Amino acid sequence: MSATGIGAAVRRKEDFRFITGKGQYTDDVSRPGQTYIHFIRSPHAHAKIRSIESSAATGMPGVVAVLTGKDLASDKIGNLICGWAITSKDGSPMKMSAHPAIASEKANHVGDAVAVVIAETLGQAKDAAEKVKVDYEVLPAVADPAKAQAPGAPLIHDVAPNNTIYQWHLGEQKATDAAFRSANHVTKLDIINNRLVPNAIEPRAAIGDYDAGTDCLTLWNTSQNPHVARLVIAAFVGMAPEHKLRVIAPDVGGGFGSKIFIYPEEVVCLWASRKVQRPVKWVSDRSEAFVTDAHGRDHVTHAEMAFDAEGKITALRAKTIANLGAYMSTFSSSVPTYLYATLLSGQYGIPNIYCEVDAVYTNTVPVDAYRGAGRPEATYVVERLVEAGAREMAIDPADLRKRNFIKSFPHQTPVIMAYDAGDYQASLKKAQDIADVKGFGKRKRDSARNGKLRGLGYSTYIEACGIAPSQAVGSLGAGVGLWESAEVRVNPTGSVEVLTGSHSHGQGHETTFAQLVSQRLGIPIENISIVHGDTDKVQFGMGTYGSRSGAVGMTAIVKALDKVEAKAKKVAAFMMEAAEGDIEFKDGKFTVAGTDKSAAWGDVALNAYIAHKFTGAELEPGLKEGAFYDPTNFTFPAGCHICEVEIDPETGNTDVVAWTAVDDFGIVINPMIVEGQVHGGIAQGVGQALYEGTVYDKDGQLMTGSYMDYAMPRADYLPSFKVDTTETKCPSNPLGIKGCGEAGAIAAPAAVMNAITDALGTENIAMPATPATVWAVLQKTQPRQAAE
Amino acid sequence: MSKVSMTVNGKAVTADADARTLLVQYLREGLRLTGTHVGCDTSQCGACVVHIDGKAVKACTMFAWEAEGKNVLTIEGLANNGTLHPMQEAFRDNHGLQCGFCTPGMIMTAVDMVNRKGNNLDDKTIREELEGNICRCTGYHNIVKSIAAGAKAMA
Repeated sequence: MSATGIGAAVRRKEDFRFITGKGQYTDDVSRPGQTYIHFIRSPHAHAKIRSIESSAATGMPGVVAVLTGKDLASDKIGNLICGWAITSKDGSPMKMSAHPAIASEKANHVGDAVAVVIAETLGQAKDAAEKVKVDYEVLPAVADPAKAQAPGAPLIHDVAPNNTIYQWHLGEQKATDAAFRSANHVTKLDIINNRLVPNAIEPRAAIGDYDAGTDCLTLWNTSQNPHVARLVIAAFVGMAPEHKLRVIAPDVGGGFGSKIFIYPEEVVCLWASRKVQRPVKWVSDRSEAFVTDAHGRDHVTHAEMAFDAEGKITALRAKTIANLGAYMSTFSSSVPTYLYATLLSGQYGIPNIYCEVDAVYTNTVPVDAYRGAGRPEATYVVERLVEAGAREMAIDPADLRKRNFIKSFPHQTPVIMAYDAGDYQASLKKAQDIADVKGFGKRKRDSARNGKLRGLGYSTYIEACGIAPSQAVGSLGAGVGLWESAEVRVNPTGSVEVLTGSHSHGQGHETTFAQLVSQRLGIPIENISIVHGDTDKVQFGMGTYGSRSGAVGMTAIVKALDKVEAKAKKVAAFMMEAAEGDIEFKDGKFTVAGTDKSAAWGDVALNAYIAHKFTGAELEPGLKEGAFYDPTNFTFPAGCHICEVEIDPETGNTDVVAWTAVDDFGIVINPMIVEGQVHGGIAQGVGQALYEGTVYDKDGQLMTGSYMDYAMPRADYLPSFKVDTTETKCPSNPLGIKGCGEAGAIAAPAAVMNAITDALGTENIAMPATPATVWAVLQKTQPRQAAE
Repeated sequence: MSKVSMTVNGKAVTADADARTLLVQYLREGLRLTGTHVGCDTSQCGACVVHIDGKAVKACTMFAWEAEGKNVLTIEGLANNGTLHPMQEAFRDNHGLQCGFCTPGMIMTAVDMVNRKGNNLDDKTIREELEGNICRCTGYHNIVKSIAAGAKAMA
């Protein structure tokens, strides 16, 4: 391993600009003559828009324009779409409603935009917005997904009777029910997977800039996948043809899924810029983010697990209601279906699985993928069932897991996925050793002496990452392929630019991707630039989400490097007057087998461009190659997280006192960065379990709409984490990478809640387990004695 | 609109500001010092922390005119003639940042923490002192490590 190659903990190349305040986020971009846009948003969860009176606002100082949904419609700007078609079990297509970027007839959630004011300054736009009078007819609203389908519930979209988007299922119902009938023991849980607000610290932003001279539009936005944004805004919204639309996602301050989607504000800034013939800038404030960024999770589930007399799991069934909010966001339909039910086998050999999912509209912010997206929900169902089942059957929870682990690969689950490699025993064993599980009894007694309740919880999770084989997802309803692209441009002086369709918004691609190239070409990491996030530079790409940038994005780079090396060998052969087949390339040097002839990387690069040693008929000059890589399978990172908590029964406060994570991510490119990804994921998972709960009242008002009300995990709420890895190579990509971005968020909630329920002696507690919730449970429950 | 003057990163500056212009807007829009970030609107996240007369302040919490005549230090002014401040180096060495958006506020808070609490900071102190800064990426683990290392390096 070289100092900057694969496996080295290289300091990040991108950090210098961030630690010196020189990052360039969308809000840091200013265009000459730019105007500022302010969105007027519905304060009601469900209301007809009777009229909008804007004449008083139009005359206010600095106002450039006041525009409404009617203006948008009359300019024939199309609707936003959901790009994954789900078919109900009765064969009917999902019920996708119209989603205009500005509502003109009816507002369907608090925060739904109804008009915009564009002015010289943001202050002037906000002042004028005060003068816009919107006459609403307030309608009854429904925010609770469990109530959305009830008879008499307010109907949100005519296209979706009973507010039901689809009723989908996966697995074999009859066989599963039969297995339950013959079960020795059945564990049942009612589970709420709490609704979360992603809260990347950089708020979303957009700048639309129309160039009348070329009839081209440019959008700067906070996007995890600028090319997909361009495709949707061109092909579906119909804003401009793709070749007349450039999307630039510069430095992006965190995404966690919420910046995958194509949002109304991006459409409106582009449209408004062409209309007022000036750049139009929007930056969300945090309050606005709470009512416009797609939320995550929000499942209501009843789940059951059947066991035989030996504690072998014989079946699992689940019925889930998934809240998709007021409109179907870009990939929302796939999250509670193919990203959820396909992972219900966990790390276990479960012969029978059946899952039913009803997706519903409610008068809430749209819900879509958030770190893990469906897989945390699946892990939570499986891992809570296994833990509760172990307790009910008086079997050690780790032992029950071991009895049921899949031990031979490949393994075909009953729910689509074919696991390719793993060693679940190894990660469990290593985690138990690091966490000193053997010493837990003593620690629990020590806590008891101090009047505290101590609990230990496992989460042995699996995820499907490296998203995804295009043909497979296409057969399941995806409207896009999920390959990735790369282009390697070698300059005449031997330095290299890599253009990637992946997008980095904290993951450190400028470093890890450069490590790959440095190792492969034998050139210093400083001589490599990674270029991403601009549709005028990178030809096409599918972006970053689903822990795919290593397994899919880097593999595309490998494929392009293969071609570069092949071409460079041809050049070297001409230079050294040798046969192409005799050229070898290692550590940045080309040699002729069996001779002492050699040519350095830089010399070969130069000769590729000066082309003095070969004719154009023999070889094209230049050294630049591209590749598209379509994965052949998902990847299956898996591991074991162990959480230890201490609860103060007087206050109900839960302290996470220890955390151990042992993950199998396959080959690791940069262990420092991978550990950082795990830390961040755990923090978000602990946030879900203990702090973060999105609360809507019965009228659809968001009660947790700021950092004063929505509890974000802070430094003093968390411990330091013990993070380690095991390794089984991923067989489906040449680098052996599985992906690491979502693991922590997937594993953590179940580990925390398994620890809390262990401490409390009841399974009946919902996330977030705030002090008030825990205290209330303790008033009804007698905790288990420490001596047990 | 009136003129507001102060010293920013050692230079005397004057720029236009409304009575309602926040200090952070003055720095970002008036002076184009965009390293100071805005992550919330309730003074909770700490992405906008700068130093005023040597003390950490959330620049979204005061008006520009309140800083009239004062000495303001932003992330752009922390490095000295191209040499990074030890706290900046510590964040880079310890992977104390991912997306980088909260980082300027974190670093400015960390330097203030050392100024007030000294060079030997235990984890508990660091975590408690970070109450006013939110990071969504790192889980704080490496931020705590960075600050402990940066504090020692500042001695």
